[in-house]
Amino acid sequence: MGSCCNNLFLPSSHPLASDFSQHFRCPKLPYLQRKGMLHGLQRASKVLAYYGLKTPPYKLDALEPYISQRTLEMHWGGHHRDYVEGLNKQLEKNNILYGCTMDELVKVTYNNGNPLPEFNNAAQVWNHDFFWESMQPGGGDMPKLGVLQQIEKDFGSFTNFKEKFIESALTLFGSGWVWLVLKRTEKCLAVVKTSNAITPLVWDDIPIISLDMWEHAYYLDYKVHNHHKGLFLFSIVNPSLIDPWGSSMQNDKGKYVNVFMDHLVSWNAATARMARAEAFVNLGYPKIPVA
Amino acid sequence: MLILTNEPEHEREREKSRFKVALRAISRRTLGQGLGFHREVRNLGLGFGNVRELQTFSLPDLPYDYGALEPAISREIMQLHHQKHHQTYVTNFNKALEQLHDAMSKGDSSTVVKLQSAIKFNGGGHINHSIFWKNLRPVREGGGEPPKGSLGQAIDTQFGSLEALVQKINTEGAALQGSGWVWLALDKEMKKLSVETTVNQDPLVTRGSMLVPLLGVDVWEHAYYLQYKNVRPDYLKNIWKVMNWKYASEVYGKECA
Repeated sequence: MGSCCNNLFLPSSHPLASDFSQHFRCPKLPYLQRKGMLHGLQRASKVLAYYGLKTPPYKLDALEPYISQRTLEMHWGGHHRDYVEGLNKQLEKNNILYGCTMDELVKVTYNNGNPLPEFNNAAQVWNHDFFWESMQPGGGDMPKLGVLQQIEKDFGSFTNFKEKFIESALTLFGSGWVWLVLKRTEKCLAVVKTSNAITPLVWDDIPIISLDMWEHAYYLDYKVHNHHKGLFLFSIVNPSLIDPWGSSMQNDKGKYVNVFMDHLVSWNAATARMARAEAFVNLGYPKIPVA
Repeated sequence: MLILTNEPEHEREREKSRFKVALRAISRRTLGQGLGFHREVRNLGLGFGNVRELQTFSLPDLPYDYGALEPAISREIMQLHHQKHHQTYVTNFNKALEQLHDAMSKGDSSTVVKLQSAIKFNGGGHINHSIFWKNLRPVREGGGEPPKGSLGQAIDTQFGSLEALVQKINTEGAALQGSGWVWLALDKEMKKLSVETTVNQDPLVTRGSMLVPLLGVDVWEHAYYLQYKNVRPDYLKNIWKVMNWKYASEVYGKECA
């Protein structure tokens, strides 16, 4: 399941390509012609926009031993793929939503708090695309330059931010996501947690990093210790993985969250996203040269 | 520690407390089988005998072995679900209640309000899972046997057939986004059955104060992931093989008597 063989896609390793999600699926056309659904499009150019499953910018075993290949195959190949296929099926019936970019689709289907049935699938496709690109093999460590400066400005220190992020992840009830967002009106970074499929995109904020806290994201790797003895022993040896909140189940979630912060989070992706965000949100004080 | 006043109006309180001490001793010996909680009586030191009780809740035992529900639900899942997830809800529920008790005695209303979501989540988790364990039964003890008597008739009248009801519950359970529960509920006032869903760990009463749960199915991913992966519909199909309709019939009979 390491490649998406029947879809054409832009190289998603380029972080700024994350908005280009329109994939042209020509094989669909004859099927639609048979169903007589092409209508007025028969004379127009014979392509319809659908959404495809984007592959993560790394091989499925690249995040071992923190996230196993089995989890990625299940999570990406199973859940994420189901959301994409579900969305495509829904879009077949509702052509008002054709031709949107993924971002637009999420905002439109959110419908200001009264989500349309397509919202769940659309948002989860977007969320998972964003999540895969928020991680990288050999990630973790610290952000640099502008991102670090902004974090220190808005949270006090990187450690504060990390604690806040981890605390949010562990106090999330049910399924959801934890985000580092750049708030558009407040012009500052913040840690936000959302339920189910909600994304800060619907409030017009700009997400920088996300972490999937749905159980399927960590269950296979962090629930069953005897299947992943290596990981468990590794976590004993590495004190940074010990969960400060101490309850026996939080330790599993805690391990997952700590591992994400220490080894997986892609600050490179965050930097690229911040750079792009600064084109829309004015963060700094103007640099007035002193004569 | 029991500090009791000697005032006559608290004679009965003292009797109750002595009984509780005895009960506690017995319950400790029988390792809390079947008892969901034990009580500690504390006097807040106000001479008028303001005896406040702080109940702690504990994990109820499963009425069957962890592997008894195979192959519908694996031993691994049952063990994790009971010993880790349910236990965590109980622990955090007790913690939240303790914090609530402190906040109330200090008159800290903002903390009291802030704790409500933790109490709803963890308390709901404890309530829901306690019902869930009773809803399941190994096949050899009658799990999966369809309901007879008044509940069976009510199902046929209101849903057409048992298959139709199961179909409805499975559809709603599969369609539930994220985490939650799907219930066969009885409105005890209207004496009507219905299929309800709740999100996260909200107990059934949040959907209607007159609703009594007859059967609940946990559709949180932790309830099926290790065995069924992301195919929730398969889990929903198979769980009926170990469903304890006897419990549902008993509750129905009691409410509709």
